[in-house]
Amino acid sequence: MSEVLWNTAASFTAQSTSITTFDSFAVSVVVKIAFALGLFFVVPIVGGYLEHKVMGRMQARRGPVEAGPFGTLQLVADGIKFIQKEDVIPRAADRWVFAAAPGVALVPGMLIFLVLPFGPGVFALDLELGLFYALAISSVSVLGILMGGWASANKFSLIGGLRAGGQLIAYELPLILAAITVAVQAGTLSLVGIVEAQATFMLPGTEINVWYVFPQILGFGIFFLAAMAELSRPPFDMPIADSELVFGYMTEYTGIKFAMFLLTEYGGMILMSALMVVLYLGGWQLLPGVPLPGCEGTGGLFDCGVTGTLLGVGITLGKIMALVFLMVWARVAYPRLREDQLQRFAWLVLVPLALLNLALVGVAKVVF
Amino acid sequence: MATTSPPGVGLMKGLAVTIKHLFRYPATQMYPKERPDLPPRTRGVIALMDENCTVCMLCSRECPDWCIYIDSHKETVPPAKEGGRARTRNVLDRFAIDFSLCMYCGICVEVCPFDALWWSPEFEYAEYEIDGLLHEMGKLREWMDTVPPPPPLDAGAVPPAEAADAIAKKEKELEAEAAKQQETEAKEQEAAAPADGGDGKPKKAEVKVEGAGEIDQETYDQLIAEGKSERIARSKAKAAWVRKEKERLAAEQEAGGGDDAPAEKPKAADVHVEAGEIDQETYDQLIAEGKSERMARAKAKAAYVRKQKAKLAEEAAAGGGDDGDGGAASSEAAGDEAPEDAEAAEPKQGKLADVHVEGAGEIDQETFDQLIAEGKSERIARSKAKAAWVRKQKQAQLEEGGGS
Repeated sequence: MSEVLWNTAASFTAQSTSITTFDSFAVSVVVKIAFALGLFFVVPIVGGYLEHKVMGRMQARRGPVEAGPFGTLQLVADGIKFIQKEDVIPRAADRWVFAAAPGVALVPGMLIFLVLPFGPGVFALDLELGLFYALAISSVSVLGILMGGWASANKFSLIGGLRAGGQLIAYELPLILAAITVAVQAGTLSLVGIVEAQATFMLPGTEINVWYVFPQILGFGIFFLAAMAELSRPPFDMPIADSELVFGYMTEYTGIKFAMFLLTEYGGMILMSALMVVLYLGGWQLLPGVPLPGCEGTGGLFDCGVTGTLLGVGITLGKIMALVFLMVWARVAYPRLREDQLQRFAWLVLVPLALLNLALVGVAKVVF
Repeated sequence: MATTSPPGVGLMKGLAVTIKHLFRYPATQMYPKERPDLPPRTRGVIALMDENCTVCMLCSRECPDWCIYIDSHKETVPPAKEGGRARTRNVLDRFAIDFSLCMYCGICVEVCPFDALWWSPEFEYAEYEIDGLLHEMGKLREWMDTVPPPPPLDAGAVPPAEAADAIAKKEKELEAEAAKQQETEAKEQEAAAPADGGDGKPKKAEVKVEGAGEIDQETYDQLIAEGKSERIARSKAKAAWVRKEKERLAAEQEAGGGDDAPAEKPKAADVHVEAGEIDQETYDQLIAEGKSERMARAKAKAAYVRKQKAKLAEEAAAGGGDDGDGGAASSEAAGDEAPEDAEAAEPKQGKLADVHVEGAGEIDQETFDQLIAEGKSERIARSKAKAAWVRKQKQAQLEEGGGS
């Protein structure tokens, strides 16, 4: 029995294409959607738990301890609580826009999970324009936030929403410029292709395999800062700024809609971390130049057995959680920037640096 | 710019502080599962030692929330001497604190000139109905059992003048008595034989012990090992020596003495005693034991009142003693560990004994074990067991007083 299961699993993972692709188109679609949704609802909860615990310990607290073993089910309990809460819509609010806003913010997050590769073959789609798709879709979230801020008929929400709009536009630019630089170096927009390109990238004139974080440490820093700002997380949480704006664009939201905004934030943390892992940290490669056990193909990263596949997924998730930890660390350590400082930092520091980075990498690409 | 550090150093410092805390043990106290470790001066609840209250109304008047309710009436005390003047005094009828109004400022405790109000660290008295937060006299008296002793003085601190005087006095007494000790002991040996035939309970007054400042080396070593100061250890060891000596003599004297005499116990409340004086003997002894002046005074005062009450009750019972119920727990006062035995046996002996009822710190082992088994904290169990012990002793005394 177990041998049959193993063989079945092996036949899936032997494919170089996605393990979620089947002969039947309908089955494939269902499996791919289930795959993306499952990831979207499970991984952010793990990340959220990590945030609760790390933030608690850094503040000399324990974090959640009561719900489930070591408080692991705290976010599940929170979700159940949010569902039970009354769903209030302010009388002056623009009802339909108000109700649609959390969904508009949430759905792009789900859609990005379709293209994120978590391991050899563990992805729903390998689009030729994967990176373009991810960045384009993630920009839609800001629409939901603007809608929520506008439709709440509340000055705090409106200011929060507009701040979010300004911030997301300002930081979208360095983010995209940094990502473009990676695409330039890799020569492809496919996320799986970028991982593959990193596995085969050698330092010029040597046989040493390095990830893109090494030649593009500047780009990685820009991407990391811009990603934190995109997510409106402290120290870049001016759109929420609970000491100035109550809760920014989320002020009027209660219950399940509020939970959707929160899930957007946690999902965003995961998907930005996943993008950084794919673009700069070698995807599911354990160490630069080390092939996964049981894997063949380019750089020892593809055509893996079951062991290699599971190991690859574990490595990716581990890297994602390490980046989430960094974000939480920054959140605990630093106070919020002022709104004008935020804009100044984006336009006068990050954008020029990102352009410089792009120019340097472009020149290097031509020279070597 | 005031800062001279290069840019980014501050950011790194921030990260360093937070990462340091990540690996530090959290400060969280798991309260409902673990009892918090409260300092002795915690303002948890206000306790009332009603014996000390003179209905001066200072607390009630000073209370910013007006949450202290006091009712009293005046009683006329007949003149102490023939031809004297009859005096009036206040009798406390009701003393209540409404903790739903109280803001725990502690002004009442500060302002009380007679040490009738005390802070207790107990805090778990939340109620589902707000009326329950109005604590009447009985409840306030019960909190008294949870009041911890005041923290000891710092090592090397100058002892309070009264305490120093009392210690000096006690030492002088002991020295003076040292000379007489031999013959007194001999006398006691003689007196022991006829006492056997009697009620088996020689009065403590007969068992007079004199020492030339001898100390109980065992107690002394133990206290020193527990980190007590040399002074305290010495005075306590001295007291322990006296206790042991008394115990030994009493044991020699005692023949059998089943104290199962059933007696109607006169209620202490019925007996009217004038307060305000202190029992000097108790006071000196407590001071000698290293208690604070304030504590010693309050306890001595209480001891005085108790003694008087007991005396009056005894007289009353002797007058109309019939065979009423004797009260359940009489003779099992403190059947417990060896160190406590020495002290526990003592108060049973007679009059002088009730001096020790409050202060010596004995606990009722049975109650203690039971409370611990019920999951109470060690501190609470100890204080309750202490109270239980005192209750039992009182009861035993009253019975004894009624019987003899």
